[in-house]
Parts: sequence; structure tokens; C-alpha cells
Amino acid sequence: MRAARFRTILAAFTVLAVVGLTGCGGDSADPPASGDGVSGELTVFAAASLTESFKQIGQDFEAAHQGVKVTFSFAGSSALATQINQGAPADVFASAAPANMKTVTDAGNGDGEPTTFVRNQLVIAVSKGNPDGVTGLSDLTKPDAKVALCAEQVPCGAAARKALDAAGVALTPVTLEQDVKAALAKVRLGEVDAALVYRTDALAADAAAEVDGIEFAESAGAINDYPIIVLKDSANKAAARAFVEYVLSDTGRSVLTAAGFQAP
Amino acid sequence: MTVGQTVLGAAPPLGVPLLDAHLVVDRGAFRLDLPLTIDPGEVVALLGPNGAGKTTALRTLAGLLPLSAGHLTLAGRDLDHPGRRVWTPTERRPIGVVFQDYLLFPHLSALDNVAFGPRRHGMNRHQARHRAAEWLARMGLTEHVRRKPRQLSGGQAQRVALARALAVAPALLLLDEPLAALDARTRLDTRAQLQQHLAAHAGATLLVTHDPLDALVLADRLVIIEHGHVVQEGSAATITAQPRTDYVARLVGLNLYRGRATGHSILLADGFRLTTGDQHDGEVFVAFPPSAVALHPGQPDGSPRNTWPATIAGIQRHGDNLRIQLTGPIEVAADVTPAAAAQLRLTPGQPVWAAVKAAETRAYPAG
Amino acid sequence: MPRTDGEVARPTTAVPPTRTRRTGRTPVALLLPAALGLLFLVLPLVGLLVRTPWATLPQRLTEPGVLTALRLSVQTATLATLLCLALGVPLAWLLARVQFPGRRVVRALVTVPLVLPPVVGGVALLLVFGRRGLIGSWLDETFGITLPFTTTAVVLAEAFVAMPFLIIAVEGALRGADTRYEEAAATLGAGRWTTFTHVTLPLVAPGIAAGAVLCWARALGEFGATITFAGNYPGRTQTMPIAVYLALETDLEAAIVLSLILLTVSVVILASLRDRWVSAP
Repeated sequence: MRAARFRTILAAFTVLAVVGLTGCGGDSADPPASGDGVSGELTVFAAASLTESFKQIGQDFEAAHQGVKVTFSFAGSSALATQINQGAPADVFASAAPANMKTVTDAGNGDGEPTTFVRNQLVIAVSKGNPDGVTGLSDLTKPDAKVALCAEQVPCGAAARKALDAAGVALTPVTLEQDVKAALAKVRLGEVDAALVYRTDALAADAAAEVDGIEFAESAGAINDYPIIVLKDSANKAAARAFVEYVLSDTGRSVLTAAGFQAP
Repeated sequence: MTVGQTVLGAAPPLGVPLLDAHLVVDRGAFRLDLPLTIDPGEVVALLGPNGAGKTTALRTLAGLLPLSAGHLTLAGRDLDHPGRRVWTPTERRPIGVVFQDYLLFPHLSALDNVAFGPRRHGMNRHQARHRAAEWLARMGLTEHVRRKPRQLSGGQAQRVALARALAVAPALLLLDEPLAALDARTRLDTRAQLQQHLAAHAGATLLVTHDPLDALVLADRLVIIEHGHVVQEGSAATITAQPRTDYVARLVGLNLYRGRATGHSILLADGFRLTTGDQHDGEVFVAFPPSAVALHPGQPDGSPRNTWPATIAGIQRHGDNLRIQLTGPIEVAADVTPAAAAQLRLTPGQPVWAAVKAAETRAYPAG
Repeated sequence: MPRTDGEVARPTTAVPPTRTRRTGRTPVALLLPAALGLLFLVLPLVGLLVRTPWATLPQRLTEPGVLTALRLSVQTATLATLLCLALGVPLAWLLARVQFPGRRVVRALVTVPLVLPPVVGGVALLLVFGRRGLIGSWLDETFGITLPFTTTAVVLAEAFVAMPFLIIAVEGALRGADTRYEEAAATLGAGRWTTFTHVTLPLVAPGIAAGAVLCWARALGEFGATITFAGNYPGRTQTMPIAVYLALETDLEAAIVLSLILLTVSVVILASLRDRWVSAP
């Protein structure tokens, strides 16, 4: 009992520390220009929800292409988009929402058109074992229910708004969290009874022990597309294209679906 | 008014000292052991060199430092008695303190500084200010009641501090070097005023100072301590006439030696022999003022019974004269006029002859 | 009667004190880094001003959410400062004036919120005051009070992060203050509490004011601990920094406008307070 709480505490610390600090990451040396073939360094800016899957894909990709070194910067998609538009040295951008991708392509920083590589769907995250017996969105409108949503400015919040509107459910959350990990952390800490989060986040290895993800019908109306693109200013476009292809390949996609993503 | 009556109303009957204390403080190598009694209306000066324990004694009386042993009884109340586990904190002692640099509260006006004590002693704001205004008027400071301490001159600040200490009508008034922070001119005026106010104070007064002039002008009785112990105690007249330590002798401006008398001849500890006008047998002090020492370029002839060669160690201005410090068989201070000094061309390191007439020395028993 | 002012006239040993000459020139070695330091602090502000959409500024100012967040920020920062004063001044006094075992440790603990990432501070607050926290669970069961996601939680989070600034400033002031004034007060019959309120506090008032200003400014800008512990809900827990952060997700210009409002309000308030304190006698 006590040990379990301690693990919860530790996990929550880790999650929040990552959430709080990822904004600072992402600096890397300019990739050396490689003439032909796939080698050299590659910097990938990816949405925070891709952290676990992309780390795996990165390792596989490095194993498949000797001489390539992949560096990731995981953060909120909007923060990444801002950084890219302010000239951050990146080769690939994988966004959790088309809106943030649009910010980058509208600024002329994309190379070609973005490709949707996965989709993510919302679930209701509740404490392990679902003590309140939540089965759908309507259960969240009970007077005593404390619910966390993402703020509408971030993709998971926009998706939640769409789903709630689609279901015709008027829900007053206690908080509008800054991102999906923060919303999930509130469930894990027991501060809220439920939160609308991405299925991948509910399934992530560290959360799955404490959280159950309840699927709900209306989520189909609020599916989130994840687009990926090679960036115009990439200094290593060959490797960047190879990475994007790898993500879109069956090998890459199997890693993503195992994490709870859906194929587009 | 009520404050004064309360405090002095508890005073013991006449003939019993208002303050009856034996102050003992052990602090490692230093030990203060000071019996002290002060009668109502009496002003006692506690004199001593730096580090003698004057401040320590004052702090024990004020309750800022506990006694290690002994006792402290004021107006019939045991305030500090380690043996009986009695201890009264500072704020409940019927005392008033004038600190060396006054410690007037910088954020309060002169009036509120003086009203601070009466207010703490139960007066309401109006009464306390009234009392304070009376005291400041008595100090001739009516025009300055609204001023903040930093707008007061040194002499004014000193009088405000005195008013503040007296406004609670303390059974014991403690003054810690009350004139030390003043320049020489202001000190003269302030000393004279202080004397009047101390004379009017019905309680006991202890004046801690290293300035003998303050002590002699202001105090009825002197207690001189060195290394935590009383070395001499008595009226100004007794002490100036018969100092018993080097410190006291220097304080009152005398050369002092201890030796063994056989009739008119006294053998000093280091083998030097002095002849005096007085006649004694046994351990004695012998003293003479610096003005009794005459300096000569060579060995003088004629009447002086005591002559010896000496070397000039230092020259200081001393009032209108020069004070010459001499080394030789005995250490002596001599006063000469500037004219004489110029004539003799006195410079440090110069050898001279010193002479003292036997009739100008005084010997008295050391026992 | 001789005087014993022997120190004064000893011509053989007295050396006239050498005075350092003061010239009006400021050394370049100081001026250069000082100017660089100023630039370093001011340039980001210039960056904000350059990107400010002045044309739409009035319209954005009147957006209802903006004023709500601003009012909440000023209110919570002020309440947090009052809380810090009530708890921090006595703690500073304890650290400055009372010898007790483990004082060094306590002093180090006091500065923990300074080095702790605010987000972690927010988590720590949840673990204590949260619904399942050490104290929070008891509050919930006994009184039915839950702190997270309330305005109270915002105040607590801000106070947690800002209190060290106050404590350090006040402790420094207390250490610098002359304790003999307190002794003087005692000889006049003042007990320890009266001495503290009537003598000690007025003496260190400038230090307390400086500490309170720092504390208020830090509370006003607080983000990480607040959003973690109190969450984000307009009108209840959404302070200006949180509004800025969320605006940044979608609309850089809105974020800049909000930041400018926050900056302007804080500078105006601090400047007016400072004038009042400086001109006070």
C-alpha cells in the first residue's frame, strides 16, 4: 500500500519533471552535410505524446542505418512549431495536431506536403479498477465528479471539446491542464476522478499500472491526426526522408500501434 | 507620577541600601566579583580600565546578563539570586538605563522615545506623552519634542536618553559612559546638567565610566575595579589622596609605588630607595604628583633627597603642560611647562636627571 | 585633575590618516559590464515591444478573460504576500535571533523552493495538500475541504514559491539591525512581543518592504507550481502567467499582449509603492 503510493509519487515526479523541462531541450549541433546515402546526424522535433514510440523507432532506425545518429526533442507541438519558425535547427517535425503543422507549413518551413502517419483517440482515464464505474461521458457530469480536461489551446483539449460537443454533454471540469501528461498526472495523483486523455497516454507503460482507459463512443468524432514532415532548412535531407519513410513503414507503424495509436 | 510612587514606595526604610548586590559572573578566564551597595539618592561611579568588568556589572544589574552566583536585591526585591533560582527579566526590573550611544529609537520622535517607558508601565498614550513632555521640558528640550533622534545634536540626544531613563522613575538609574560620545565642549555643559538631574533623582544611581573627571564631578562615591575585582572604594577625596593601584594613581594623576618603609626610607620592590617626609614601618604606598618631579640636564646639586638618571620614553600634551614619561630605575611621569621643555630641548630617548623633594611625597600603609 | 586622553597627542607615533581621493570618473571596467548587464535585461523586453500588435491592443485589452486573469493574479499575489509576511517574518526572526540546534539545516530548507523546479514544487504541494495528500486527505475527510483547483491553492502555490525571497530579505535585515535597541526597549519595560512589534519591526521595516516587493513580484509571475497544484480554470485559478502560457500555444501575439499587460501592471504597482516607502520618514 505504502510502497504503491511511493511509486505513484515517484512516477508523478518523473512525468511532471519531463513535462516541465522538455521545453529546454532540443539544441543540437548542426548536422554535418553528408553527400549521398544516409548518414550523419538527424534532429527530430516530435510531439510529447510520441516520446516512447519514437525513442524505439529511433533506435531501430539507427540499427538499420549504420552511421546515423538521431536526436529527439520532445515537447508540446505548439512549442515545437514556434521553435521551428524561430529557426531552431531541426530536420523532421512530427506534430500531434494538423493545426501546429499548419503553422510551420504556412511559414514556408516545410519541404513538401505533410503526411498523416498515425491517429490518436481520446479515452476517459480513471483510477485503476474504475472505482466510480465510469462507462461514458455522461458519467462525468455527476455533481461530485472532478474532471480534468486539456486546455482548448492544446490538441487534446480541442479534441475533448469536439467529442463533448458531439455527445451533447455539458461538462464543467475543475481544471484545464496545459497538456495531456499533466491531465493524466492529476488522475494518477487521485486529484481528479477522470480526465480525457489520448489512448496512447493511458496505455503508456508508466501510467498503465495506475490508470484504466475507458473507451467511449463519441471519441470517434474527435480523432486526432498526427502529421509528419521534412523541414525545408534540414541540413541532412536524405536522412530526414529516410526517417519519415521508416516511420510510415510497417516496422515503424507496428511500434506506434503497439503504443495505442491507430493507423490513418 | 504614579510610577515613581510605586517604585520608591517599595523602598526599604532609611539606612538600608536601596541596591544591595554581590555581582558574580564567571566567564571562562574572566571572573567578576563585585559587592555593591547604593543608598537612595546616592550616586556611585564604577571606574575601571577597559575589560575590568564595568559593562558586565551594568548588564547584570539591568538583567541583560544573569549572575553566576551572588545576589541582586533592589528596593527590597530579589531580582537575581542564582542560589535561590530567582530571576527577574529586564522588563520587570525597576531600572532605567542611559546607554553609551543612547540607543534612542530612530523611528520615534523625542517625545515618543521618552513616552515609551511610561507607556509600557501602564499609562495610556495621553498620560505617557504628558509625562514625556514634562521630562523633556525639564531637560530644556520643549522645542525639540517632535524631532527624530537623527535631527538632534549629541548633547540633545544625551538629554533625551536621560529623560527616557528617568521617565519611568527607576529605583536604580544606570548610566553607561553617558558623556563619552560627546565632544569636549558639549561634554562640559552636559556634565553640569547631568549633575543637577542626578542630584534630583531619588533612587540609586550607578555611573559606569572610565573618565575620572565624570566620576569625580558626578558621583558621591567611587568604586574602582580591575580584572573584575574591587581595588579601591571610597569618596573622591580619599581616593585621590591615597591611590592603591597603578591604575588608580594614573587615574588621579599620581606616581605610585609600593615598598617597605623603615622610617623615612622606603625600599621599593626593584631595589630603588625613596626618601619621604612621612615616617612609617612596614608595607607602604608612596605617591607623588607628576608636578613634583623636576628634570635636569645633569645631576642636580642641593636639597632634593631623591635624584636618579632616567630616559625620556614619551612626551604628551597634558592640559597647559607637557607630561613626560620616564624610564629608568622606576617608571615616572613628570609634568613640565612647555617653556621648560623647550629650554631643556626634551626629545624621546634623551637621558635626563629626575629629582623629587622628600617633602612632596606621601607614604601611607598598604595593609 | 589630569585627563587621560593620552591617545590624542603622541607626535612621535601619530601618522596622519591617508584619505583615498574620490574622483568623479566611473571606471570603465565597471561601466562596461554594467551596460552589458542592463542590455541583457532590457533587450528581451524590447523584443516583446517590437512584436506587439499595437493596432489590436485596445481590443485585446477589453477581452473579458484578460481582465479576469489580471484581477485574479493581483489578488492572489497580494494574498500570497500577506501569507508570506504572516509566516515568513516570524520564521526570519527565528533564524536571525534564536540559536537552536539544526538552524543551518532549517535555513537551507527555507531556500529549497528557490532551487526546486516550480512544477516539482506543485507536485510536492499536491502530495501534501492534495485530495490524497498527507494533510489534504485529512482535510477532506474531516472538513470536506479539498484545496487543489481552488483560488486558495493558487495563493498557497504562490506563497510556497515566493516565501524564500521574503525570508532571506527579512533575515538579512534582522541580522543587520542593532539588537541593543531591543535591550534598550527591555530596560524600559517592554516584553519580548512589545519589543518585537514596537522596536524590531520598525527598525527592519525597509528590509521587510523590500522582501515583500520581491515576494509579490515572484508570486505575480508564478506559473509552474500554480498550474500543477491549482490547475487552470478561468476566473478561479487561471492567473496571467497561465493565460500567457496557453495563449502561446495558439497565438503568439495574444501571449505578447498579455505579457505586456502583466509587466505594465506590476511595474506601475511596484514603482508607486517604492515611492511611498522611500518618501516615508
